[in-house]
Amino acid sequence: MKELVVISGKGGTGKTSLTAAFAALAENHLLCDTDVDAADLHLLLAPRIVETHNFIGGSKAAIIAEDCSGCGLCTELCRFAAISDDFVVDPSECEGCGVCRAFCPEEAVDFQPRKCGEWFSSTTRFGPLVHARLGIGEENSGKLVSLIRKQAQFLAEQSGLELIVTDGPPGIGCPVIASITGATALLIVVEPTISGLHDMQRVAELARHFKIPAMVCINKYDLNEEMSSVIELETERRKLMTVGRIPFDPAFIRAMVKGETIIEYDPSAQLVETVSSIWNRIRSSELMTKKEARILPIMK
Amino acid sequence: MIISVASGKGGTGKTTVSINLAASLKRPLKLLDCDVEEPNVHLFIKPGELVSRTESTFVPVIDETRCNGCRKCAELCEFNALAVIGEKVLVFPELCHSCEGCQMICPEQAVKDGHRELGTIETGTWNHITLSYGRLRVGEAMSPPLISRVQSIIEPADLVIIDAPPGTSCPAIKAMKVSDFVLLVTEPTPFGLHDLVLTVEAVKKLSIPCGLVINRADIGNEDVYRYARKEGLPILMEIPFSRTIAEIYSQGGLLVDQSPEWRIRFCRLFDSIAETAVLGEVSQ
Repeated sequence: MKELVVISGKGGTGKTSLTAAFAALAENHLLCDTDVDAADLHLLLAPRIVETHNFIGGSKAAIIAEDCSGCGLCTELCRFAAISDDFVVDPSECEGCGVCRAFCPEEAVDFQPRKCGEWFSSTTRFGPLVHARLGIGEENSGKLVSLIRKQAQFLAEQSGLELIVTDGPPGIGCPVIASITGATALLIVVEPTISGLHDMQRVAELARHFKIPAMVCINKYDLNEEMSSVIELETERRKLMTVGRIPFDPAFIRAMVKGETIIEYDPSAQLVETVSSIWNRIRSSELMTKKEARILPIMK
Repeated sequence: MIISVASGKGGTGKTTVSINLAASLKRPLKLLDCDVEEPNVHLFIKPGELVSRTESTFVPVIDETRCNGCRKCAELCEFNALAVIGEKVLVFPELCHSCEGCQMICPEQAVKDGHRELGTIETGTWNHITLSYGRLRVGEAMSPPLISRVQSIIEPADLVIIDAPPGTSCPAIKAMKVSDFVLLVTEPTPFGLHDLVLTVEAVKKLSIPCGLVINRADIGNEDVYRYARKEGLPILMEIPFSRTIAEIYSQGGLLVDQSPEWRIRFCRLFDSIAETAVLGEVSQ
């Protein structure tokens, strides 16, 4: 089994629209959306949810007023300044470390695992989809990402599917690290802007750090062709494979408004041919086909 | 006053709005790039000289001559950053959240101060702007601690513009939480609207007044406008899609340098923010 994770560093470069197009082109595959705090893939794939599960994240502290003696030890020990002088925990500052509970002489701290979101197992017109919704402002997005990737692997194995295509989150932090660890290969979607180049370098560095092979695709390349060439040079310097250039095309937005992938929106368009050949290049690339190319099981 | 510029969806134009708003105002202000995973402001606002400071956070180091393998530290740690194999304590520094609980609970004083690098903070000045931004170390998972460090230079009388990270989870909340007003930048597409709704919910939870900037206002559909009307969210500015704007951005340019018209529009945006923020305070 193999897993391709689509990431970008910078947001808004076209990850989701492209992943959805790949979903329409791929065969014998399963889809996964690990952008758990702003998931959008379902807007194009209109999933029918088959199973809903609660995501139990970390615990948060709450001080039981009637048991509290007001000794102040918890406020003194809390390294996150999450407990006010009148002993109320601010949940958005509470890190869930449990120090206040461990040291409270009155056992006045309630510390329970909480529901931090939900994850879903769904069917779509392009195969099964595993996706999630992190509660607003919640933490532990990395834990939720690892959980749904593990579920995706389990489900793919069970159904004899060979490929997982994952729509990843922007950035280089916790949810991205959780999205890429152990993946077969990454596709970095870049836009030809000074920010796009900068952010691609950081995400490529992250891939190198975790030793995950990556490919690069330039989206909206004609918005700045000079910058597109700079990005290709940079890609070459980093010994990454460029799988293609996609022009800026309002069809992406029009398809999105209709809730369709660009493949369905206008099957005869030149754009479809461009994206299909990129998909074929990815699919037949050495990174995705060589024998040792497989997913490493996700720990925890 | 502290204004944070946020959006659920990435790539809607947060940085464009932050930098042009900051550049258009002719008075001293602090511009903080809190998108520490992928900071971009410095590619547009380029101070001649940057002072770089490395930021790190506590992680435990076990003094094996003192440790008796009692396991209290590993039992306390909620993040699995400590494990005891036989009588030996193993530390996984990248999982540590720096609560220092292991040090507090160790009866043998065997937990010493170690550190893990979070990243750097770069600070410099450009005309009337003091720019400060965080650069998360590649491989570091936790961005909120570095975001807090970037915000630590804020003083009560400052005018501050914060460029927030995308999303609605802890990094975005951390960046927005300190602000008096949240300027939400969105685009009128299904993805833009879906992520905007989540961000508006988050801002409501924080009880901070907010307003919208609709970028690429002429693409997509009318749903964002309908949503704004329904929720009573003021639309403070609309920026049309244009290839010229996209090209200026792609090269690291500022809109306000292109024409006085843009400068006037961003100054007006600031005035409407100030007005809305005051009204928001009165209504709360």
